[in-house]
Amino acid sequence: MAKMLGPVRRAFQPWNDPSQPPFIEFRNVTKRFGDFTAVDNQSITVYEREFYALLGPSGCGKTTLLRMLAGFEEPSEGEIFLDGRPLTGVPPHKRPVNMMFQSYALFPHMNVADNIAFGLKQEGMAKADIAVRVEEMLRLVKLQDFARRKPAQLSGGQQQRVALARALAKRPKVLLLDEPLGALDKKLREETQFELTDLQESLGLTFLIVTHDQEEAMTMADRIAVMDHGRVIQVATPAVIYEAPASRYIADFVGDVNIFEGRIAHLENGGLTMTTAAGFTVEVAEMPQGVARPQAGETIWFAIRPEKMVISHERPPNATTNVIEGEVWDIGYLGDVSIYNIKLDSGDVVRATRLNASREVERPLTWEDRVFLSWRPDAGTVLVR
Amino acid sequence: MHALRSFFARRVVIAIPYLWLAVFFLAPFLIVLKISFSATAIAMPPYAPVFDGLANLWERVQDLSFDNYVWLTEDALYIKAYLSSVKIALISTVITLLIGYPLALAMARAPDRIRPLLLMAIILPFWTSFLIRVYAWIGILKPEGLLNQLLLSLGVIDQPLTIINTNWAVYIGIVYSYLPFMVLPLYATLEKMDYRLIEAANDLGATPLGAFWKITVPLSVPGILAGSLLVFIPAVGEFVIPDLLGGSDTLMIGRTLWVEFFYNRDWPVASAVAIVLLLLLVVPIVIFQKMQQRASS
Repeated sequence: MAKMLGPVRRAFQPWNDPSQPPFIEFRNVTKRFGDFTAVDNQSITVYEREFYALLGPSGCGKTTLLRMLAGFEEPSEGEIFLDGRPLTGVPPHKRPVNMMFQSYALFPHMNVADNIAFGLKQEGMAKADIAVRVEEMLRLVKLQDFARRKPAQLSGGQQQRVALARALAKRPKVLLLDEPLGALDKKLREETQFELTDLQESLGLTFLIVTHDQEEAMTMADRIAVMDHGRVIQVATPAVIYEAPASRYIADFVGDVNIFEGRIAHLENGGLTMTTAAGFTVEVAEMPQGVARPQAGETIWFAIRPEKMVISHERPPNATTNVIEGEVWDIGYLGDVSIYNIKLDSGDVVRATRLNASREVERPLTWEDRVFLSWRPDAGTVLVR
Repeated sequence: MHALRSFFARRVVIAIPYLWLAVFFLAPFLIVLKISFSATAIAMPPYAPVFDGLANLWERVQDLSFDNYVWLTEDALYIKAYLSSVKIALISTVITLLIGYPLALAMARAPDRIRPLLLMAIILPFWTSFLIRVYAWIGILKPEGLLNQLLLSLGVIDQPLTIINTNWAVYIGIVYSYLPFMVLPLYATLEKMDYRLIEAANDLGATPLGAFWKITVPLSVPGILAGSLLVFIPAVGEFVIPDLLGGSDTLMIGRTLWVEFFYNRDWPVASAVAIVLLLLLVVPIVIFQKMQQRASS
């Protein structure tokens, strides 16, 4: 993608630098369990210090990729490289990666300090050094007062911190995180997301995270690989995934979206005009990706996010394209934003959101209001898949 | 009214098992205890009755005799038999644990599909009479038995081994008979264990063997204890196996007990032997329960 969309967390884009060597590389990796192909001939490249997310629904193969890197599964075909060295045949205990398990997998018969020290003891580190490192890790995750507690005596959030400290104690080259925040409540999850990114930046580690929660991936990752049925279908920064999804599947999986099927009416000035099946005309400022020369008459899809549409009671002046009319069908008040489901005359229901910027509105939108939805030509994208 | 009724209902429900235990366990125990305090008599039953009825209670109490217990300490046979029983039971328990642990572990890690089948295989021997299974071992272990024939035909040995009527046969018999009692509690503990703990240990640098000793074994201690007690306790008092498979020099307290009862017809001494045996076994049971309580608190 030539033009970068949206903010990038830092001036860190090793994937755009051809001289940058890959740090983790899955090369044509396939993993089969019996008849089931969990990962289908995939090649993935992760760079050093990157926060990389594998995002997809359960059963899409993301966890299998992670487990192959940790050494719990061997690829059926293909090879995995870490820092230039092949990992084939290297058992889990000899791999310089550590995993934070979804269930945390804390050792129930050991206290917090012993859990954190476990990996260091296996390394044969001197006792005094272990004590120093454990202390440092406890401070890092703010659990100094809990060193002698057993995991069962900790809250979910504290257990999650112990799991993180245990996985980081050995200073692994790569930290693997398997749905790390799944068991936490929303507030704690949001806090932890930012803590994890801060930690990753300050420690300078490479993080590979597996999640089905798009919000988690969006907040934390430098790049996201969206997976489905054992294949990676798009790898990009969170902003690109959100604003320029490669397919309807991705647009729908990541965030809310309205998708309209239609045909290209004509092409002009690097953009196009299409007529939707719902009966309105859309003007788009860019070409669809993934096709060399789109032709007039071709079937394509128009995708637009709910927050990119403007809702008004009056028809926007001089607007003939990029405007649709409908009736307020449903309202969801979320506090910061409200969600409106607008039923078009064609029967389609379109979702639009509006920021509740002021506390009182003179003429609020209410059920059965006739309203107009309009958007700028660069607000939506066209998709060919 | 309703509360009162449910209160009684609950009492009744709780009372039933206690009543059962009182009638079938406590009462026989008290009878044996009573006999152990009486003197031997050539009569029917073969002991001088004590404590029959509540009349002249004090006189009856004075009739109590500790002679039988004193006798147990005077004749070295009993102490030797106790020690030998404990030794045989301990060694058998350790062997059973060594065989049972890998078995239980393999079962717990087996694919879900074949696990019920394996469990069935462990329970299957219970469908045949215990006595018949011990007799079958005579057929296997005797000088011209199956084992010797096999070893001879393979050329491993050129003389039949004498296994039957030795302590070896007793060990084989006990280990064989009590293996399921070791495997089942071990399997129950190991099957519950989260396999991800092993993966986590491997991930943190523990070799498979290291993870076994540091994670699997400590977490299966309740199963090890339960299995060991289930084997040790009945093995100490075992009678059938030493009687059928053991030799004349196999000294076990269960057998001594039997000899006292049926050959010597000395019911009071036999009862004393039984009471002491019971007290010996109560100690490990109490220790076990204390440990269980501490583990769960």
